[in-house]
Amino acid sequence: MCKVVDVRQSVLAKNDHLADALRTELTARGTTVVSLLSSPGSGKTALLEQVLARMGVRGVPVAALTADLATENDARRLARSGAPVKQVLTGGLCHLEAAQLRAHLEGWLPGDTRLLFVENVGNLVCPASYDLGETLRVTLMSVTEGEDKPLKYPLAFGLAHLVVLTKNDIADAVDFDGAAFTAHLARVNPEVPVLRTSVRTGEGVQALVDHFLAVADGAVPHRPRLASAPRGGAHAPGGTGGHHHDRAPAPAPLTSHQ
Amino acid sequence: MHELSLATAIVERAAETARRHGATTVTAVRLRVGEMAGVVPDALVFSFEVAREGTVLESARLVVEEVPARARCAGCAADFAVGTPPFLWCPRCDRPAQALLSGRELEITGIELQEAET
Ligand SMILES: Nc1nc2c(ncn2[C@@H]2O[C@H](COP(=O)(O)OP(=O)(O)OP(=O)(O)O)[C@@H](O)[C@H]2O)c(=O)[nH]1
Ligand SMILES: [Mg+2]
Repeated sequence: MCKVVDVRQSVLAKNDHLADALRTELTARGTTVVSLLSSPGSGKTALLEQVLARMGVRGVPVAALTADLATENDARRLARSGAPVKQVLTGGLCHLEAAQLRAHLEGWLPGDTRLLFVENVGNLVCPASYDLGETLRVTLMSVTEGEDKPLKYPLAFGLAHLVVLTKNDIADAVDFDGAAFTAHLARVNPEVPVLRTSVRTGEGVQALVDHFLAVADGAVPHRPRLASAPRGGAHAPGGTGGHHHDRAPAPAPLTSHQ
Repeated sequence: MHELSLATAIVERAAETARRHGATTVTAVRLRVGEMAGVVPDALVFSFEVAREGTVLESARLVVEEVPARARCAGCAADFAVGTPPFLWCPRCDRPAQALLSGRELEITGIELQEAET
């Protein structure tokens, strides 16, 4: 006999619920998660090195987790700041998921961490779909990548709470068209704040640090328009609401490293 | 290629539903995919064919319904098509959209089962 079961289940529900739980739990204990997303080589690690160092000077307890397909290079670079750092090897996976992040935080993340930075795998496509429990999602792009990237990767740029334009020291050398970039970005993410940075000249690094500290102190991040749409499932308008059995049980609280 | 992760999640969900209903075979899974879901439907169908192997979905079809992205204007309250790449400004008022109403769906809406004969 044939039968059709009507369901309304978001395919990403499991990840979304886990991410939400992680955000709630970490926020309650005073930790704010900042995620960094960009194509390979945009300068995520280089910028993070300087941010971690400045946080250290100010005595703000921070930690960083960096994801790559292979090598521990990024963790080694970040660890020079003295902050707790962890490398996640995704074993070929093109993005981080909330469950993976949670498993890596378990027993490692120091309890007094104010800001946890998560550097995603260099990729502008796949990571965009996965909520990691971050309060601030930063999408970076270097001036060498071309002004049209916000249009080619609308989710990565459209879901960002903050956009950072890196390597601004070489903007003139590559004829970067700032006006075109701003127009393209505004098209997919109206009113998103943008910071221009350079690790060579130090431009913008302090402004970035200040932005992170403000968010850790409770400043409300920008609201991307694309983030407002329902992803489907029981929470969607008109949803049947009767499918809570496929909700993952709440995980046990994270234990922290002292 | 996160489509393979998504296809695997779809297969797991459908297999779980089949188990709950005591069904031996899933014949089809219906899916709504938004224009701005960050998913390529063809890549998803291809990944589904890989992910279903050796499961109760072995012969199941993936039926994809695409959902256009629409946004609402904060000024005139009209809805408008966002297009691809998205343009999140009202074509009438030239003001930023208030919210995206649809287009990010990635939702299983129906699972067709073959129930065991009793
Ligand atoms: N001129 C200049 N070069 C930079 C800047 N930031 C980073 N770079 C260089 O860009 C290259 C890549 O930087 P990374 O920090 O490794 O980039 P990433 O985004 O972490 O790369 P993946 O983790 O592999 O995705 C390195 O050679 C850096 O020295 C900058 O502000 N100016
Ligand atoms: Mg890096």
